Amino acid sequence: MPTKKDDVYGDHISHKFNDELMELKTEFLKMGGMVEAQVDRAIQALVDNDGHLADEVRAGDKKVDQMEMDIDEEATLIIARRQPTARDLRLVISVIKMVADLERVGDEAKKIAKFAIKLNEEGQAPRGYVEVRHIGNHVLSMLHDALDAFARLDSQQALRIMKEDKRVDEEYQAATRTLLTFMMEDTRNISRCMSVMWVLRALERVGDHACNIAENVIFMVKGEDVRHTPVEEAEKVVGR
Amino acid sequence: MNMNESISRAADNSDETVMSAQEPEAETRREDIKVEEGKTVGVPYADDPKFKLRNVEVFYGEDRAIKDISLDIARNEVISFIGPSGCGKSTFLRCLNRMNDSIDICRVKGQLMLDDEDIYHSKKDVVELRARVGMVFQKPNPFPKSIYDNVAYGPRIHGLANRKSDLDEIVENSLRKAGLWDEVKDRLDATATGMSGGQQQRLCIARAIAVSPEVILMDEPCSALDPIATAKVEELISEMSETYTIVIVTHSMQQAARVSHRTAYFHLGHLVEVNETTKVFTSPEHELTESYITGRFG
Repeated sequence: MPTKKDDVYGDHISHKFNDELMELKTEFLKMGGMVEAQVDRAIQALVDNDGHLADEVRAGDKKVDQMEMDIDEEATLIIARRQPTARDLRLVISVIKMVADLERVGDEAKKIAKFAIKLNEEGQAPRGYVEVRHIGNHVLSMLHDALDAFARLDSQQALRIMKEDKRVDEEYQAATRTLLTFMMEDTRNISRCMSVMWVLRALERVGDHACNIAENVIFMVKGEDVRHTPVEEAEKVVGR
Repeated sequence: MNMNESISRAADNSDETVMSAQEPEAETRREDIKVEEGKTVGVPYADDPKFKLRNVEVFYGEDRAIKDISLDIARNEVISFIGPSGCGKSTFLRCLNRMNDSIDICRVKGQLMLDDEDIYHSKKDVVELRARVGMVFQKPNPFPKSIYDNVAYGPRIHGLANRKSDLDEIVENSLRKAGLWDEVKDRLDATATGMSGGQQQRLCIARAIAVSPEVILMDEPCSALDPIATAKVEELISEMSETYTIVIVTHSMQQAARVSHRTAYFHLGHLVEVNETTKVFTSPEHELTESYITGRFG
């Protein structure tokens, strides 16, 4: 019988199986926290002109990559040993997909750190950093909420993240226009502005990955694939 | 935010949220999940079914083993019955060719139709019924006769072959369909009990096929077989589904997932859910089905 301490993945006859699924969940959240910090620190390094921090972020990506492989292995072993079905199967499959998203987020953080170093070395007045900070905060909160939705199995929250993605895209478009204006004002800005543009692009991708994670959370909870479907469809699925 | 802080946040977060996520879960104890009698979720009905079963109840003396089950079994479909021990799946299966008749205290109520004929009609010829609805059991049970005679037995007593050459043909065809011909063609006179378990089971399938049945009932056909023999029988089931309607009771959920088109989940004499097999194993509709197939009880 499920006791207070168990969660929805914790009441199998096999306690070992419970432990394995728990471990998978915990490790995934740990990796989520890791990449969240990576993105946060990369933005920090950029806007503070902190080359040392940027180096740390670049080095930190190795840990993220290792974590991806570890979690994939764990998931593979669960499939081999337990042949999970239904919600257990959905958890394992979703985790396999979502670690790929997290790993990509880690890569984006690394990319931002690389531009932070480049921009730091060029050492000119910051252009577009307000936008970087703004969009950065936005996608970080999306990523945070996506991981939260996973931990709580909260499909409503996941749905909110899916809707949020559109706003990030709009903000990205607006920031691009601002940077274009800078470039037109003075062609000497172009190289610099392009670097910032790449950073914004990376952040926008982080938002996309957060969105993918949210879609997987809905699949885990509701058993329906809401990828490549209009938000209205996803709304119906979550409302069920 | 530094990385370590962030990691511990994720971990804390998971702990705290796990608690909040399972609050409602802890309230619904499994014993409390009610099955509404006669109410099956999913898709229990089919167009133009082979079997049309309505409000079926089975009693062993006072004991009601099957509680108001309605189900259609489609033509040429493979449907598997799963559920914990004592859930009634075998009892229900055995109603389909009146194998329960031999149990004195067993009574069957409700409407059971095979192609619009009442299976339990008082004038129904049970021998003819069982020729149309063959059965394969858990333990291979070949007759202590030669391989040839095992397969030829049914056609002989049903008078399906007038000449030896006809009978030879039926035996060969049946053994071929059961995927056994190449292994035994040179020793048809050898005694069947000397074969391996997997071969014996396929021989029993050949024996069932020999009388040209329309339906084959299988009661845990692979539970006494090794993985390779199991794979062969499963392969056979897929091939046979082109010609026959197959109903299979199995304790191996993976087997149900592999071979059947639809899966029916039984629980304490109720038919809880019938759905496309793919749906049952990825996102079942009923909570009890989910609990059972994910190994939470059974």
